[in-house]
Amino acid sequence: MIGNFGALNRANGELTASGLYDPALEHDSCGVGFIAKLDGVATHQIIRDSITVLVNLEHRGALGGDKSTGDGAGIMMQIPDTFLRQETADSGIVLPRVGDYAVGMLFLPANNSLAANCRNIFEKIVADEGCEIFGWRPVPVDPVSIGEQARKTMPAIEQVFIDRAKISAGAFERKLYVIRRLTEKQVAELPADTSQFYIVSLSVHRLVYKGLLTANQLPNFYPDLADERFISRFGVIHQRYSTNTLPTWNLAQPFRFIAHNGEINTLSGNINRMRTREFNLQSPLFGDDIEKIKPIIVGSGSDSAIFDNVLELLVLSGRSLPHAMMMMVPEAYGPKIQMSEDKRAFYDFHSSIMEPWDGPAAIVFCDERYLGGILDRNGLRPARYTITSDGLVVLASETGVLDIPPEKIIKRSRLSPGKMLLADFNQNRVVPDKEIKAKISRQKPYRRWIKDNIITLRGLFNPSSAPSENDEILLQKQHAFGYTAEELKMLISPMASRSQEPVGAMGNDTPLAILSDRPQLLFNYFKQRFAQVTNPPIDPLREELVMSLETFAGGEGNLLEETPENFRGFRFSHPVLTPDDLLRIEQANHPSIKVAYLDILFERNGGPQALEQALDNLFEAAAKCIADGATLLILTDRNINAGQVPVPSLLAVSGLHHFLVRQGLRNRASLIVDSGEVREVMHFTLLVGYGADAICPYLAFYTVRNLALNGLLEQDLKPEEAVDSYIIAVKKGFLKTMSRLGISTLHSFFAAQTFETIGISQEVIDRYFTDTINRLGGLDLADIRNEAVLRHSAGFPLTGNVRNLLDTGGEYSLRADGPRHGWNPSAIAKLQTATRADDYEIFKDYVRIVNESDATPPTIRKLLTFKARPPVPIDEVEPVESIQKRFAASAMSFGSISPEAHRTIAIAMNRLGARSNSGEGGEDPQRVTVLPNGDCANSKVKQVASGRFGVTPAYLISAEELQIKIAQGAKPGEGGQLPGHKVTDEIARVRNTTPGVTLISPPPHHDIYSIEDLSQLIFDLKCVNPTAKISVKLVSESGVGTIAAGVAKAKADLVLISGYEGGTGAAPLTSIKHTGIPWEIGLAETHQTLIFNKLRDKVRVQVDGQLKTGRDLAVAALLGAEEFGFATAILITLGCVMLRKCHLNSCAVGVATQDPRLRVNFQGRPEYIERFFRFLAQDFREVMSELGFRTVAEMVGRSDILAYQPPADSGKSAKFDLNPLINAMTNTTAVCGISRSEKVAAFDDELIRLTAPAVERKEPVALDLDIRNTYRTVGARLSGEIVKKYGAAGLPDDTIRINFRGSAGQSFGAFLAPGISLKIEGDTNDYLGKSMSGGRVVLVPPPNSAFAPHENVICGNVVLYGATGGEVFINGKAGERFAIRNSGALAVVEGIGSHGCEYMTGGVVVVIGSTGSNFAAGMSGGIAYIYDETQLFDTKCNLDMVDLESVWDKKDKLFLHSILEKHWRFTKSPHTRAILDKWDSNLPLFVKVIPIDYRKSLERMKLSEHTDVETVSATEEVFNG
Amino acid sequence: MAKDPGFLKYKRHNPTKVAPADRIRNFKEFEIPLNESGLANQAMRCMDCGIPFCHAAGCPLVNHIPDWNSMVYHAHWQKALALLHATNNFPEFTGRICPAPCEYACTLAIHDSPVTIRHLELQIVEKGWHAGWIKPQIIPNKTGKKIAVIGSGPSGLAAAQQLIRAGHAVVVFEKRDRIGGLLRYGVPDFKLDKAVIDRRLAQMEAEGVVFEPGVDVGRDISPRYLKRTYDAIVIATGTTVARDLAIPGRQLAGIHLAMDYLIQQNQINAGYVISPEQIITAKDKDVIVLGGGDTGSDCVGTAHRQGAKSIAQVEILPQPPGSRTLYNAWPAWPQILMTSSSHEEGCERLFGLSAKSFEGTDNVRQVTFARLEWTEPDKNGARTSREIAGSQFCLKADLVLLAFGFLHVEHGNLVHELGIVTDSRGNIVVDQHYVTSEAKFFATGDAVSGASLIVKAIYNGRQVAAAVDNFLSGS
Repeated sequence: MIGNFGALNRANGELTASGLYDPALEHDSCGVGFIAKLDGVATHQIIRDSITVLVNLEHRGALGGDKSTGDGAGIMMQIPDTFLRQETADSGIVLPRVGDYAVGMLFLPANNSLAANCRNIFEKIVADEGCEIFGWRPVPVDPVSIGEQARKTMPAIEQVFIDRAKISAGAFERKLYVIRRLTEKQVAELPADTSQFYIVSLSVHRLVYKGLLTANQLPNFYPDLADERFISRFGVIHQRYSTNTLPTWNLAQPFRFIAHNGEINTLSGNINRMRTREFNLQSPLFGDDIEKIKPIIVGSGSDSAIFDNVLELLVLSGRSLPHAMMMMVPEAYGPKIQMSEDKRAFYDFHSSIMEPWDGPAAIVFCDERYLGGILDRNGLRPARYTITSDGLVVLASETGVLDIPPEKIIKRSRLSPGKMLLADFNQNRVVPDKEIKAKISRQKPYRRWIKDNIITLRGLFNPSSAPSENDEILLQKQHAFGYTAEELKMLISPMASRSQEPVGAMGNDTPLAILSDRPQLLFNYFKQRFAQVTNPPIDPLREELVMSLETFAGGEGNLLEETPENFRGFRFSHPVLTPDDLLRIEQANHPSIKVAYLDILFERNGGPQALEQALDNLFEAAAKCIADGATLLILTDRNINAGQVPVPSLLAVSGLHHFLVRQGLRNRASLIVDSGEVREVMHFTLLVGYGADAICPYLAFYTVRNLALNGLLEQDLKPEEAVDSYIIAVKKGFLKTMSRLGISTLHSFFAAQTFETIGISQEVIDRYFTDTINRLGGLDLADIRNEAVLRHSAGFPLTGNVRNLLDTGGEYSLRADGPRHGWNPSAIAKLQTATRADDYEIFKDYVRIVNESDATPPTIRKLLTFKARPPVPIDEVEPVESIQKRFAASAMSFGSISPEAHRTIAIAMNRLGARSNSGEGGEDPQRVTVLPNGDCANSKVKQVASGRFGVTPAYLISAEELQIKIAQGAKPGEGGQLPGHKVTDEIARVRNTTPGVTLISPPPHHDIYSIEDLSQLIFDLKCVNPTAKISVKLVSESGVGTIAAGVAKAKADLVLISGYEGGTGAAPLTSIKHTGIPWEIGLAETHQTLIFNKLRDKVRVQVDGQLKTGRDLAVAALLGAEEFGFATAILITLGCVMLRKCHLNSCAVGVATQDPRLRVNFQGRPEYIERFFRFLAQDFREVMSELGFRTVAEMVGRSDILAYQPPADSGKSAKFDLNPLINAMTNTTAVCGISRSEKVAAFDDELIRLTAPAVERKEPVALDLDIRNTYRTVGARLSGEIVKKYGAAGLPDDTIRINFRGSAGQSFGAFLAPGISLKIEGDTNDYLGKSMSGGRVVLVPPPNSAFAPHENVICGNVVLYGATGGEVFINGKAGERFAIRNSGALAVVEGIGSHGCEYMTGGVVVVIGSTGSNFAAGMSGGIAYIYDETQLFDTKCNLDMVDLESVWDKKDKLFLHSILEKHWRFTKSPHTRAILDKWDSNLPLFVKVIPIDYRKSLERMKLSEHTDVETVSATEEVFNG
Repeated sequence: MAKDPGFLKYKRHNPTKVAPADRIRNFKEFEIPLNESGLANQAMRCMDCGIPFCHAAGCPLVNHIPDWNSMVYHAHWQKALALLHATNNFPEFTGRICPAPCEYACTLAIHDSPVTIRHLELQIVEKGWHAGWIKPQIIPNKTGKKIAVIGSGPSGLAAAQQLIRAGHAVVVFEKRDRIGGLLRYGVPDFKLDKAVIDRRLAQMEAEGVVFEPGVDVGRDISPRYLKRTYDAIVIATGTTVARDLAIPGRQLAGIHLAMDYLIQQNQINAGYVISPEQIITAKDKDVIVLGGGDTGSDCVGTAHRQGAKSIAQVEILPQPPGSRTLYNAWPAWPQILMTSSSHEEGCERLFGLSAKSFEGTDNVRQVTFARLEWTEPDKNGARTSREIAGSQFCLKADLVLLAFGFLHVEHGNLVHELGIVTDSRGNIVVDQHYVTSEAKFFATGDAVSGASLIVKAIYNGRQVAAAVDNFLSGS
């Protein structure tokens, strides 16, 4: 690879892993759809329409580095019999009648002889399996029109025709599957590079044409598709967007059964569990053939391909396609969901044999009979459909992809979460979701089967017992399992006291476990992975109804069979067991439950091999127990004693799990861990993630009890209550950990290994943690043993005297006898003195302390050394002033830090010509004004985060850079919450919310569920502010490079890689310590991946995370960063002394508090920051001079200058290997990112021209225009122009009036400014009115449409996200998450999907129709009125934060009436007219939803306004409330 | 959630003291402890900082201050005591006489007043004594190794206690006739009641430490003998050689080294009979204390109690500023004007004066001073002085006490006989394992570092014990 990064490793364009770049970590996402004619008559029009749909979804795909290669597009259709019959006739092939022959579509190696080899293998297998080949047909292609990279990797494309011969018609499709698997396996064994070989489709019914193409290229590339004889009754289409630029032909979609838009979050768990099931697979339909298809999952597939593999197995082994889809993509069926009991039983039963394949997924599926689409339980992907009076069904990621005369439309709707749309060609009709599911749910007596075979552990509903332990023995065991006093105080006590995960602040500055000089629990060598961009995290609190921690214990049966005994065992509502529960399990007295205890201990004096020996013995013993019929294996370390050391529980469980998987025994028994080691959330999640079915943390329970008895909890609790509280905290921790990954159920999280390791040897990983991401080497088994023995000897010292105090700890707060911290007293004191006294000499003392001192911990950057190069004189090095331009203050909102601190940072950064960052939460518009002394407190970088607080057009155009925060270092994959007491008047004003009302930032951006969504948001932002650079903030983890590549392809200008160490805000301690990885690894991977993908010159790379000295900057630059972000160091110059109390509002130095009593203590000054950066740049210059670099630009990516010398003296860290960070890119002269300068073109450019009189002179303008879904983000740029000219107040109402006809694209009316009124006759896609700040959007169906507006969906998901003003009137239904995080807009709509008004903080929403479930989750402000004819609304409303009332107040009644009148005026909605006409009888059916805190705040505000005026009498409120 | 932190609820509350007019009538301690709820409130002011500067930067003993604060707040006094003893053998000494650098490094000291750390420490340990929680810790398994500790000041005692608890046999040799070193003889009783020492010594004796007072190693027994007889020897003899002032008139009567004066008063309080001609007293005299440090302060307090007519304390350096300067920022020890309890009792404080000569016939009658002009300190605090021409003046004095600090360890037979290497300042040189130039001889405390704080002495005593233990278990 060296020196030639354009080279492709394999013929198909796949790269093999090199350095830190690993193609296995790629993601994709896309646009998807289908068209079907229900009468079943095949026409060529269907093909043409399918291609039209595909082309109209093209903006959802992406282009590669060469700007012309698409990421993939394709179409699946019926086999066009006539066409093929006639085409093959010339070559003498006579095809038998339809159904008796199959067509294979094959990609063959471009190399002729290799292709011949492949063909031979295929032919031989066909013959061996009892079929015959008629012949081959080279598929005509036109490679001229396709991209360069696509052409380079283009395979030979041929069709093959197969006679079923002696195989029966019913078994033919199955046999084709066997043939395909056998061929795939044999070809893979050829010694040559056969990566191009791929069987696109091989079926009696279906044919797939696809390739590494764009939608437009597809019909040109395959001339067949244009042939009139090419007919089908359906077409399934797909347009791909991959995160890297070297996608392959094979990974284009559709696959054989599905096309998928989204991402399977749970993939690793699904793959691992399928592997465990493979051994047990048996099917009468397959018979002996079953062995031929194994392994079921084909190695190099994408998530969608793997899903397809498993679905294929389920369908071909006899389940119907909808049944199989219900198994793999179950809807949420938790207790909060209203559902038929039989359907619940169906899901219950199947959950014990198949875990959900969850993720933001819209999947289109198809076999000979059915064609359908399904959405996962979270419903995060859009899927809109239209049914016409002449029997056409069109489903696609967007509406408006096919022009259909309005009068023919009889239904417009959308798929809702977990629901299915199914066309049945046997019945020639669409089967409703309820009907098909009811039928399948009753095909077997699932309800009875469950009752008979699954025992629900009743004990879990009893109060947990709190077992006691003698104080001395407790202390001894705590010593032996490495407990520290700090853990008791910081972790266990908050969990037991408040049922909460403990929270901390100011990041993590202790060394990685592998670099620590003290023994570490094995858990600490693992880091949690998390979702960013390609899949969204979940909000487990507000969207709890989709989550489940249920787990099963017992033996599992054969996946391919449905029998009552398929699963027999226990059902636990969560995986945490008390010792009492264990007892109950033991005494269960059930024939199929047999418990076996296995000690996980090794001999202390057994020598270095003792651990390995103990593991081998454990595995053997377990296998024997299973052979003897055990179904529950309890791994216990309770029998610890002076001679017996506990095996790290994670090693024991994961090692055994993998052993049993390899032996094919895993499904026959469940593993329960009974260990004293387990106490933190991270420990529990790791154990389940590596194969524990349940866990009993006995020592943690003893400890909790002891704390409760000694009054050491934060409040007085009985031991039993404390234990319960602790369990609840662990459960919440599970939910949070899963949510970070976007996983909803523990079934999918189980054994999914959603972790990566830092500091474990590959040998240990391969053997005991197989397939875990692990790249830098480290501990071997002997080291693990040594650390275990060291811990053990604290509890069982040779002297016999156990210390009376636990180790103090010092991980979270510094302790002199604990681990070293990056920020220590002397470093802080020196930095503060240096910047206050303006003394560079003192700054150099600080630099020495940080770089060289033994007092600071080893970090990866410290271990990397520089190779000697001829120095250059320092005066030839670029000046301080130019280096400073590369500096940025990292995002810190002024909700988290005080307004004084926030302003001071902005002023300082502006003085330096560097950039400060507003952080999430807006910024006071006043700050744009230049101060009399020439200073300006406007942050050049404005952040756009998931809460969208204060994101208005004015805010966005005041920025030079707009930063989309995908994740933050301290807590990637999580949202945030600003508690009400911190929401001051000032904060509320800037965030457009109400003082005192809690503000919630959701974990995901609700307009970024995938990479193409990110691309859309970037487009939105570039529309509203065409001159701003767009940056995307990511957090370092394995695979971040691939995401960065996707970000670059989404046309971002800058990507920020944030290290896990950094983070100034409040975050759960689990997140601070255990999620994310150091920036060095993520940065190196990002740089390498961008180079590999030829994208490095398209995007700038910034890094942050505890950067402190010029040396740090040098390492960062050499690893690939050209800009540098800082937060903690800035705060320290401003007076921060690392109290780590940011989350408590009690910062005594006035930096991170809103308390006016403490803010007076703030003594920071802009000069301190200026000096810090001047000194830092100077220090950097000195390093540059020493290394012989004159400019930073020359340094970027020169990792060949770095060297790694493992520390010589220390044991375990000597095995740590950092060479992958620096080797792969040797000698490249990486091109520094050049900012994109081109302004993206948008439809608004035309609008701005047409509305010039209004924009320039405020003259009214009215326009009539056509629109279609490919016109995206209409209104945003126009709004930006207006706000730029007239300020946030915009233009007078209705100055610009535009009537559109057609289907609007995504983000219609986004960022709309006052004075613009948009009306649309037709329908719209997602993100209508996103962040609108004024103006009006009216949406009505076309005047001549055939359907009743209020029964049809004419508007997409996520309407009014983050809106701060304006009005929306919709004469029809909208999708999910209507008015999410709305803080000021008024909206009327005639029906909505789930999660309506989620996180809303202000504004008014009126729904005159049904709502989906979970309405008002996290709604802290604003008011909603629901017209509730069924009076069942309260069952759909999330009542955690809101009250429901009738509309009784006179003012309220009038207000509501006036809104509806207005709605009628704008839309002429017949439904509204009907309601208004009988107002007196309809008014009582309205329910008013008002957040509890919001009402209090409103009352408070009212009271303060009119302290002497009696408002509403309290009694009246009580009566009516 | 939105509860105010303790420091916003409660202000710092110092323990009260007996009024100066009353307390100078005797030599008793005069601090009046806070009650239990008062202590809990003060402990609650602790913020439990992410970086506890008190612990990590302020306290040389690295006491786990936030941890025991929290235990006091939770009323877990016994646990607090255990935490305190884990780093400090003698909190009852440090709680009385440590100048508490921890409090100056307390994060609350930046904008508010620090937590009353020293007083909390004292009350934790005193509660422990009163409740009988402090018992001898007897180690059953003996190593059979014998160690001699020379000197019974805080460093020697800390080393001895640590070593006996490691299972070794320990003998402490003390030149004077009672155990305690500077604690017993140097610190006035009104700051440290000697019963406090006896209480701790009883515990140590019960743990097995053998005390041999009245044995001057080098004179009464030979260092070589020790070397033969013991497995390790720890020199903890302190720095007892005081700095003197060689100016005209120094030979006059009525001019004494501060330590001679302080020791004698402590001996009198302890019931020693001193012959009248040897008695140094300030009664009805004009007293000048030369030297502005703590020892000087102790002289002031002692002179008050003896009934001095007037007292002046003279410092050669200029008067320090009232608040911290740029380069003397928190959390460093503040170079500011400090007022000790002795100063509260009344005394004239003079700065920037250099004593030129003593005048008198037999006894001193007056002291001649010159005023000095000092340069501003550089960033390391260094400054130089110049005498102001014609600024000389005289002050009346019947008793002059010289409190200029100490030079180094005594270079007597112990050091000479073995040829133990000393540094340019006269202190014993040790390696990183506290070993002197002579094998088996370790050294610690002021004897190594020069005169320093009691907390450093205890810390070094603990460190040397660990080094000795390591040395013995390794061999």
